[in-house]
Amino acid sequence: MDVYLPIANLSVNGLYIVLLGGLTGILSGLFGVGGGFLTTPLLIFYGIPPTVAAASAATQVTGASVSGVIAHSRRNGVDYRMGTVMVGGGVIGALIGAVLFRLLQSLGQIDVVINILYVLMLGSIGALMMREAIGALRPSLLGQSAPPVRKRRHHPLVASLPYRWRFYASGLYISPLAPLILGMLVGILTMLLGVGGGFLLVPAMLYILGMSGNVVVGTSLYQILFVTMVTTMTHALTTKAVDLVLAALLLLGSVLGAQFGTQIALKAKPEYLRLALAALVLLIALRMLYGLGVQPDEIYTVTPL
Amino acid sequence: MRPGRAAALLLACVAPLLMAQAEPILVPEVSQSRIEVRQGFTGANLLLYGAVIAPPGSRDKYDIVVVLKGPTEAVRIREKDRIAGIWMNAAATDFRSAPSFFAVASSRPVREIVDERTAAIYELGTDFIQLSPSGQIDPEEQARFAKGLVELRRRQGLYQEDPKGVRISAGVLYQARINLPSNVTTGRYTAETFAIARGRVLASATAQIEVEKVGLEGSVVAAAQRWSFVYGLGAIALSLAMGWVAGRLFARG
Repeated sequence: MDVYLPIANLSVNGLYIVLLGGLTGILSGLFGVGGGFLTTPLLIFYGIPPTVAAASAATQVTGASVSGVIAHSRRNGVDYRMGTVMVGGGVIGALIGAVLFRLLQSLGQIDVVINILYVLMLGSIGALMMREAIGALRPSLLGQSAPPVRKRRHHPLVASLPYRWRFYASGLYISPLAPLILGMLVGILTMLLGVGGGFLLVPAMLYILGMSGNVVVGTSLYQILFVTMVTTMTHALTTKAVDLVLAALLLLGSVLGAQFGTQIALKAKPEYLRLALAALVLLIALRMLYGLGVQPDEIYTVTPL
Repeated sequence: MRPGRAAALLLACVAPLLMAQAEPILVPEVSQSRIEVRQGFTGANLLLYGAVIAPPGSRDKYDIVVVLKGPTEAVRIREKDRIAGIWMNAAATDFRSAPSFFAVASSRPVREIVDERTAAIYELGTDFIQLSPSGQIDPEEQARFAKGLVELRRRQGLYQEDPKGVRISAGVLYQARINLPSNVTTGRYTAETFAIARGRVLASATAQIEVEKVGLEGSVVAAAQRWSFVYGLGAIALSLAMGWVAGRLFARG
């Protein structure tokens, strides 16, 4: 099925794009991550210009997180106060990201920066997740009892920040600067990479902010929903690289895939799921690292002036 | 006016044209003067055909070369190099007039038809595209970048050379087929046809082809460029609606 993408300016196999969206949808249903980290690189491998890929992937993540936010808010799984502070940070981050995007684009280094960021981010997150997943699996494999659960508390750096606020739903009394800065960093990544940043936010909220576990996923989805909306708008206004046809195809696949992912998630063991996600993330990081090191097929690139 | 006299008058007008010039008459045609890029566009196959009529008394056998050129644009070519183990963009150079599409079809390899100088003057090959480099870089480096650009666009199907792309029948009728891939830029394309004999270009003719995005695709591009804010809102609304509808549908089922 040939589909012409008006902004990307080329014809693609629409079925392939829907399947790709479906794959990321399954992941988002399985693991509760947006799946943008998979969409952007795969679109680039397929020949979509990197800017169009990042911009349209951000639009897809908005759609993928809507139903999640609704579901979590029904069971009081969203800390709106914390979420709104992080959205504020995310908007600032998206604007900083837009400036960085422009700057790197004019220097001709946007693609290599996107790739390096992916390798660093996926590599470190993947390694962390792998260690945690193996740690969780080992007792059950060796027949030992589970290690004692670490007491929840925020990082000492967070405690040293001034002006504390009370975040009742998260069970925290910390400075709003900490979630603001966290939101800002993720916002920059969203603008540059087209990722929601869920798999960066969730561990950071748990281990750096020390938020209570039952609001972490909902609040992270809440922040992603708004920040990807702002990112889509920023891309529409600055890079003009949001391809509606591409985004619609990705969305179609991902909203359907998310439902299958949820079904699978109900049946599979969470420890094995996390191990699988960690392996997948590490695999992509290695593939991209390999891509940076070997001589690319195309030495020359053309950009209009 | 009686028919006999009319014919005589016509002959009287045309005769000096035919006799005075030893130049052939070239009558080009294009299968489509407008190519519409709409949903499902996977490229277009353009047929350029026509006739070349030799002047009386001439024994020339003509070769035909057709050059189809897309709108030119100013571009920056970047060259990747290995820096600290990573392949990244290093050197760059600017060209002020790189055609977005360039195809040459000829009845024989251009090298056998004309000498290099003539080929360069009429841009009869991807090696002879006039790119108008800007800035001060040494010619050797410019040639390397130009070669890189041609090679890249050749792989994308945007620059083509077909030394057997023109078929001439009975020494009079010619036809050439040129494939436009789906990734072509929109705008005005010019098709130049050259009739060549004895190493000299004896006649040339130009035709225009308009490549346009129409229908939904045209409006999407226009909206993204002109009404960016509304377009952005539309993209957000689309994603929210699709996510919400899917959530509702599956929650019930």
